[in-house]
Amino acid sequence: MSIRYVIRRILFLFLVIWVAATIIFFIPRLSTRNPVRQRLAELARTGGFAPGDIETMVASYNQKFGLDKPLLEQYFDYIGGLAQGDLGVSLHKYPRTVIELIMDAIPWTLALLLVTTILSFIIGNLLGAVAAWPRAPGWLRTFATPFVLLQGIPPVLMGVLLLFFIAFRLKALPLGSAYSTGVIPNWSLSFALDLLAHQILPALALILGSVGGWVLSMRGMGVTIHGEDYVNFAEHKGLGPTTIFRDYYLRNTLLPQVTGLVLALTTVVTSGIVVEQIFALPGIGTTLNQAIQNNDFLTIYGIVLFITIAVATLMVAVEFIYPLLDPRVRHT
Amino acid sequence: MDTMLNVAAKESDIGQATKPVLELENLRVSYYTDAGRAIALDGVDLTLMAGEKLGLVGESGSGKSTMALAMMRMIKPPGRIEEGRVIVDDTDLTALSEQDMLRARLSKISYIPQGAMNSLNPVLRVGAQLMDAMKAHVPDMPKDEMQAHCIRSLESVDLKANVFKMFPHELSGGMKQRVCIAIGILLKPKVIIADEPTSALDVVTQRQVMETIDRVQKQIGATVILIGHDMGLMAQFVDKVAVMYTGRFMEISPVRDMFLKPAHPYAQALIRSLPNLENKGVFQGIPGIAPSLLSLPGGCAFHPRCPFVMDICREQRPPFETFQENRQVACYLYTEKARS
Repeated sequence: MSIRYVIRRILFLFLVIWVAATIIFFIPRLSTRNPVRQRLAELARTGGFAPGDIETMVASYNQKFGLDKPLLEQYFDYIGGLAQGDLGVSLHKYPRTVIELIMDAIPWTLALLLVTTILSFIIGNLLGAVAAWPRAPGWLRTFATPFVLLQGIPPVLMGVLLLFFIAFRLKALPLGSAYSTGVIPNWSLSFALDLLAHQILPALALILGSVGGWVLSMRGMGVTIHGEDYVNFAEHKGLGPTTIFRDYYLRNTLLPQVTGLVLALTTVVTSGIVVEQIFALPGIGTTLNQAIQNNDFLTIYGIVLFITIAVATLMVAVEFIYPLLDPRVRHT
Repeated sequence: MDTMLNVAAKESDIGQATKPVLELENLRVSYYTDAGRAIALDGVDLTLMAGEKLGLVGESGSGKSTMALAMMRMIKPPGRIEEGRVIVDDTDLTALSEQDMLRARLSKISYIPQGAMNSLNPVLRVGAQLMDAMKAHVPDMPKDEMQAHCIRSLESVDLKANVFKMFPHELSGGMKQRVCIAIGILLKPKVIIADEPTSALDVVTQRQVMETIDRVQKQIGATVILIGHDMGLMAQFVDKVAVMYTGRFMEISPVRDMFLKPAHPYAQALIRSLPNLENKGVFQGIPGIAPSLLSLPGGCAFHPRCPFVMDICREQRPPFETFQENRQVACYLYTEKARS
């Protein structure tokens, strides 16, 4: 991999982010809706203040948010802010900034979804690899089948079922939320265990729902690889089954699966929305959902842009990882 | 390199006169398919001395590769070795435990594969693929010694030492085949099976690869079984030719005899079917088709296609017997002669 390629790819990443940011800036401004007016109207409706002053308030807020400036000037302010990691302020939770909201939410989402995505990647791929491996014991090869069936149950239903049977009926695990009510977050062991107990069911819902997909795609790869000449020749060399499984078989099935993993990671936020809702967990999905319900436009744009940046960065990262996995992939 | 190899060669010179290196005794392999039992190798006997080179020819499905796989004990379900023994250097491979068989591969008997193009793992460096074989077989050897040994092996097949650090996709087809040969001779096996080692190569490379096999075979004094369809290549390379048909040996003769006066009617037809300079453009096939392994004809399996068929051929399977010095054939034409 040449330095030129790396530089080119990173420059391209910035280009993608800039284009995305520009689209996210201009699209909402094509609309005639003014989020400030809408927000104030909403407050007025709930009886916050007299509707008479609304126009003056809109004007003063527009000035405050810089919405009265010419569009191009707003655009440069926005891009300038973006370069410094400033995504603006939340309209709903003013004066909190969008970036603050995201940073508050993202550790929750990452802790749950990153861990479950990677866990199901590992479990699913191992099961799928074993399912396609002719010399694996029969019981182990059929072990993967139930997961394929579970794959058919949508995560929403899976979450509700788990909640109903395990948390509500058996009372084995808590009924949602991030930690027990009334507990103040601290660094003690008991709080950590409490946190963990609350994460088990959502994690289970996510893992059960996605392992099957990995099993299927890995088994599909596996059946083409285990008959390859080099796997055969490895046996003729007298290598042990473990070496052949790991270095000759698994290693060669990995490339498309890693692409799949990155694609799965990009859906972390969207799958988060559903699961975080069902289990009443904090996280980027919940934040986005609240922002949508409250017409908090700037937060929505901020989160969308944040996701775009994350996905684009992951894509570049995986391209840099490819040559390590498969020497035939070369970037020039 | 070659002190180690020369010693091996000398030892084999001594061994050549005394005792056989490879013996197959009544080796029988069947595949149990949905359509029934297919006997792919039907009681094969073979004895080869150290340093001997046997060419194994026959149509597709005649059991050549099955024999090679059976000798490596690599027959996979639904196939299995049902009877017989494979004795390499006084060890009966069919009696070894799975673990000991892993050890025996490459060190007693090795296999040079057919599809050299795909026989190397694309994601591992060539060196790693030699080293893992070393680690599996001589785990106690120091790493740098292992590496030196692997590089010597690569150099003995005319590859440069830097191939050790290369990936398979950076090599040409001929180079990949050489790497496979280097792996095959890594532990100086007594027996090398080369299963159509040149089938995917152009003629120039074919010749170079065959010369390489020839040379390393002489250096380590191994017995070679060369499987193939290419009679021309056989004629240049082997000492003896074995003709197979429906999983049985029809004839084993020294290469000159096989080409000049083949004994078995099938071998005769096979040699006649080769193009030669006298009758350009006229190709002579063998009438009829090879029978299905699921339902072999009784008696001699070749009798429905044989121009010299006798009554006894339909009833009894002819024994595989010596009829001249160094020549064996399974045909009643010769047993009669031998008796009279």
